[in-house]
Amino acid sequence: KSSVQTIGEEQIQNPYTELLVLKGHQDIVRFLVQIDDCRFASAGDDGIIFLWNAQTGEKLFELHGHTHKITAIAPFSSSGASEEKKHFILTASADKTVLVWDCTSGRQIQKVSCFHSTVKCLTVLQRLDVWLSGGSDLCVWNRKLDLLCKTSHLTDAGISALVELPKNCVAAAVGKELIIFRLIPSNDGSEGWNVLEVKRLVDHQDNILSLVSINDLTFVTGSHVGELIVWDALDWTKQASECNFWDSSVQPEIKLSQSPNETSVQHLTSDEECVFAAIGKGIHVYNLQMKRVIAWQRTAHDSSVLHIEKLPNGQLISCSEDGSVRIWELREKQQLPAEPVPTEKINCDFCQNKISFPPPPPGFFSMWGFGRANKQPNQAAKKIQENTPMYFLELVGDLIGHSSAVQMFLYFGELGLATCSADHLIILWKDGEQESRLRSLTLFQKLAQNGDLQL
Amino acid sequence: MISAPDVVAFTREEELEDELCSEPPLPEEYSVPLFPFASHGANPWAKVASSKFTRDFILISEFSEQVGPQPLLTVPDDAKVSGTFDLNYFSLRIMSVDYQASFVGHPPGSAYPKLNFVEDSKVVLGDSKEGAFAYVHHLTLYDLEARGFVRPFCMAYISADEHKIMQQFQELSAEFSKASECLKTGNRKAFANELEKKLKDLDYTRTVLHNETEIQKKANDKGYYTTQAIEKANELASVEKSIIEHQDLLKQIRSYPYRKLKESDFHPYEPERAPDAAGAGCERDLAASDPAEPGETHLYVPSYTPKLIKAKSAKCFDKKLKTLEELCDIYFFTQTLDQLHQIERTFRGDACYLLTEQISRALLKQQSVTNFLFEDVSFLDEKPPEKRYRGCQGRDAIDRKCLEESLAPKVVISLGSYKSSVECVPIKMEQEIEDSQEPKMTESVPFEPQENLDYLDADIKGSISSGESIEVLGTEKPASGLTKSESQASLPVSPSPQAGRSKVGSRRTVSEDSIEVLSTCPSESLIPEDFKASYPSAINEEPYADDEEGGLRFTPKLNPDRADEQEGVLNREDLAQVDSACCIGKESPSFLEPLPELGQKPCDEDGVVRIPPQPYRQAEQGLRGAFGGFSSHDGISGGLLPCEFDSRYPTGSREVSKSSLDECSDSTSYISSAASTCSDRTPSPAHPACQAGERHKKKAGQNALRFIRQYPFAHPAIYSLLSGRTLVVLGEEEAIVKKLVTALSIFVPSCGAYAKPVKHWVTSPLHVVDFQKWKLIGLQRMASPAGVNVLHALSRYSRYVSVLDADSKTLRCPLYKGTLVSRLADHRTQIKRGSTYYMHVQSVLTQLCSKAFLFTFCHHLHLPISEREPEESVVNRRMNFLKLQLGLANEDLKIVQYLAELLKLQYIQEPGRGVSPLLRFDYVPSFLYKI
Repeated sequence: KSSVQTIGEEQIQNPYTELLVLKGHQDIVRFLVQIDDCRFASAGDDGIIFLWNAQTGEKLFELHGHTHKITAIAPFSSSGASEEKKHFILTASADKTVLVWDCTSGRQIQKVSCFHSTVKCLTVLQRLDVWLSGGSDLCVWNRKLDLLCKTSHLTDAGISALVELPKNCVAAAVGKELIIFRLIPSNDGSEGWNVLEVKRLVDHQDNILSLVSINDLTFVTGSHVGELIVWDALDWTKQASECNFWDSSVQPEIKLSQSPNETSVQHLTSDEECVFAAIGKGIHVYNLQMKRVIAWQRTAHDSSVLHIEKLPNGQLISCSEDGSVRIWELREKQQLPAEPVPTEKINCDFCQNKISFPPPPPGFFSMWGFGRANKQPNQAAKKIQENTPMYFLELVGDLIGHSSAVQMFLYFGELGLATCSADHLIILWKDGEQESRLRSLTLFQKLAQNGDLQL
Repeated sequence: MISAPDVVAFTREEELEDELCSEPPLPEEYSVPLFPFASHGANPWAKVASSKFTRDFILISEFSEQVGPQPLLTVPDDAKVSGTFDLNYFSLRIMSVDYQASFVGHPPGSAYPKLNFVEDSKVVLGDSKEGAFAYVHHLTLYDLEARGFVRPFCMAYISADEHKIMQQFQELSAEFSKASECLKTGNRKAFANELEKKLKDLDYTRTVLHNETEIQKKANDKGYYTTQAIEKANELASVEKSIIEHQDLLKQIRSYPYRKLKESDFHPYEPERAPDAAGAGCERDLAASDPAEPGETHLYVPSYTPKLIKAKSAKCFDKKLKTLEELCDIYFFTQTLDQLHQIERTFRGDACYLLTEQISRALLKQQSVTNFLFEDVSFLDEKPPEKRYRGCQGRDAIDRKCLEESLAPKVVISLGSYKSSVECVPIKMEQEIEDSQEPKMTESVPFEPQENLDYLDADIKGSISSGESIEVLGTEKPASGLTKSESQASLPVSPSPQAGRSKVGSRRTVSEDSIEVLSTCPSESLIPEDFKASYPSAINEEPYADDEEGGLRFTPKLNPDRADEQEGVLNREDLAQVDSACCIGKESPSFLEPLPELGQKPCDEDGVVRIPPQPYRQAEQGLRGAFGGFSSHDGISGGLLPCEFDSRYPTGSREVSKSSLDECSDSTSYISSAASTCSDRTPSPAHPACQAGERHKKKAGQNALRFIRQYPFAHPAIYSLLSGRTLVVLGEEEAIVKKLVTALSIFVPSCGAYAKPVKHWVTSPLHVVDFQKWKLIGLQRMASPAGVNVLHALSRYSRYVSVLDADSKTLRCPLYKGTLVSRLADHRTQIKRGSTYYMHVQSVLTQLCSKAFLFTFCHHLHLPISEREPEESVVNRRMNFLKLQLGLANEDLKIVQYLAELLKLQYIQEPGRGVSPLLRFDYVPSFLYKI
């Protein structure tokens, strides 16, 4: 039996009661980026980029240009204050090119193909009006796609993540290392920049998988073995670290039975107070103030959580390889700390009587160590006594639609939620009530237009 | 004989009362048979007491110049249909109200006999004594051997219900126009063929005569002419005159609908439709190319051989008369019969059924916002265009016409025009398609020939090729129309009769198997002679082969019995056997009093001849010969001209019929031409589909009824469908699943104007896309690993679907506590028939649709009245409206809300795009229902 918390068919707090399936891709869809208020782009292993209208689900453009799968995508907009804002997207592909697309016309504007390796990440520094590409080296480009400067060859594996830091600095995750670069205006004037390696941080034991900036002062990294380090963005010192996501007392045992995936920090997101980490199949909430994990859901999904995001409305959304998207809310614990049974367990017991369980993906059971399921109650009990979380994550809804791993999602606020998946589909989830209202509005507008409204 | 109506009416009531008070049925001796033909399954309501026939039928009659009015055939072809109804008498009646100026012939002052392109006339005729009311459609066909070259025919739709005839006049008129056009088209072709043959004969005769004269001349050195020689010369002269006359006729018949090709060239048609026909054509050419072989009157080749004929005027009519089939070319004849059968099928039955259906269809069409939900809109769209067009336009035209007419009453056109003009015949012609509504010149304005040509051309340039594309051929003005015709006519005739034909081959421009639609001439009124003569153009003919066949049938049959046999051989299943009193036309009393046994046993001894469907056989010539000289026109005017119109619609019918004569038929001729082409090709495209739809409805209704009775959880299942939650019917056996799906499909609202979102049978695992697309799915349950996947997917997406397990008879779906569905699907319903239940469902659903419509289009229910109004108060208002105003409870709200969403989507959809399907769902728990 899966111990994954499930929610029944009655989901009062789940606003998504309407869905729209967007078909177009022919392979895994890995990336979704927002272009403006109502448009987004999707890209994936088929090398095609689609532009969609998030309101209607209409396919706006189908951009062909890459011959291999797309490895990175970044939107940027022209900062020309005078005219209308122009939107572009940069796409990098395994064919070792970077293309620039105009989102208005759907045309390819420029192409850079002088890379020696696949560009794995793209970052636009709006402030400096340059963009960076990270592969086996770091390149700095201006808007016109002139190569301003580049670092020496760093590693074959390449830069896996880039994040902008204050004072013209960027942090790049290269394997286990975190390298800080600084952009210095070139001496010869004009708009040239030089890039300079400032510092190398080697605190992580394993490959850094995620790197996000929390605010101007801090950023956070997570590694494959479950280390979470909070850094000072100005002097690049370690503010805090957390690697005890598993109970230390049973750790050796667990380590044996666990594959590293179980603890890898897949994705990180944060609001001002907390860092939300997708670790293995679970979600952990790390409070920056208290410098400790305040809530967790060890098995939030049936398999690895791939993407996690905190919404402005306080909800937390996670998507996973098991094909589901779940909506969580961080709640303060109401019961006394002495309460012996963890909330998740209650939920589980409660839910096991329900009719439907999402089916576990193939091979799911083999991932578990045999003794693990038996040990969990003890372990959880111990944990609670030692380090009782004051908060818990409550499952308020799940979105079932994809038949394969949900790679990523994009929150569009009013317009809903777009999810992309390995089943080649993108699903737009919408608030049915609101959509109904919008349709009524459109209806009466159209009636007025047609002049049918006169009595 | 007791006149039936009163007795029947009385006994009927009595019977009813008796049945009410006493349970056991009356002893047989007391019960008066209510309805003599009840055993044939006809419904008693359709029958007006006094009528002698059991059901509506179509009668085709002819005013034979030899025997006067006589019935030819009935549709349906069943002796029981007409019962004791006197067809002969009725034929007389209907033929006597022909308003067509059917006189054609040799108008004084013109050189040659003229063809009169007469319009069909349409009248309603009632015979209250007989209990018969008829829509009568008169038409004139051409026959070279007939008097004045014309044979008046009429088709009549005969019903006991006068209201039906009056109410359906427009529809009947349109449908019969199609049939008539079909007949006439075929007739023109056949007539042209006949003329050509005749011309060849004449040509040949002339050559022979010419040679003989020459021989005589040579032989005769005396310097003076023998009487024999003078005779020969006279004969030759008369043959030549005859040739000119026939050529002129040929030109006239060809000029009828024509497009012209090149200015001066004469373009007769040539066989082209079938390869063998082409072969026949060649053969004929070969055979005819050496016509000068003297002395040979019969070249016996399979193709047509010119015969030596006696020189005489074209106006000879003492020959045998052709059958309708021969007159119209077998192909067109069968097409017409098909059309008539279709008419019969369409209009039979109770008038109120017809009317209800028409009204409901019209209403449904008006409900453009909601009708897509549960109605078959494709059926609305597809079938009616023609119908709608006809209906609206025709009616408009009529209305307008009536107005016009009330202001300025018109003379019946063809008659008047004929009388008034000899030299310059007025044309009644319209530019049909563009401005059919224009008031037309009837009596009036003699057009310049050029102008006429333009008009005619504008009207008649369509030629429909086999690909159903309309070819518009270039128009051309015959600058020297008159001279041309003159020159053509007086051309020294070439010795070879093939001279005319030799041009033919090079001139073909039309695609291989195109049929010219000859029916588009707006008003087949008189065409000025010069114009006609100078207006040669091509006619795409039926192959000659057909004609040869037809020709073979001309072979005299001396034995009447043989004629019957031949009928069998010819396999004319559609033709009715009709009786004809041979003595018709002798004295008026004799045909006013029908013979009592007429309908039942026709026999020769009684002076009743049994005639085969082909109206004139050689065999009957002898019998009819006696009346050969009798003027049928006289007979009619003497006997029965004051025709009875239905007293209730005296002026109305007259006006309608008259206006239909010019306006309606005109405005519909465009349609009818279009329609007739379809019907030419594929008989009746609209109706079979419609009937299939009916069958489907019936079946679905029956299955649904069974489902409701069988499954106690039918309500939540139907609720699922109505609220847009996909229902999956799971089962091992395809037939069972499909049956259930068919049954339930009547409850599925459509998402757009396309087919219903129903998938009858799926074997692969379902996906979320399927739920977006389909609202009712039949799913295969398998024991194999693949089947496990199917079930797995189903349980994964269980929140979007209700699952009806056909094998274990369970249903897993949300709870339903509303009241709406119980009205829709009451398992204790008294309804027994599938179609009835279907209609019941339709009516409840229509009610539902109107609720959804109200809900959707009430502004304040969805949007705030003022900007500051909070959303909650709008929601409250909405809920109140649904609950209080619409009287909906519980889950019924969701049904209306779902339908409203569909309406919104449909309404706001961009014209070019379809409705993007979306999946709406609720997070509600499901329950498992078991039997």
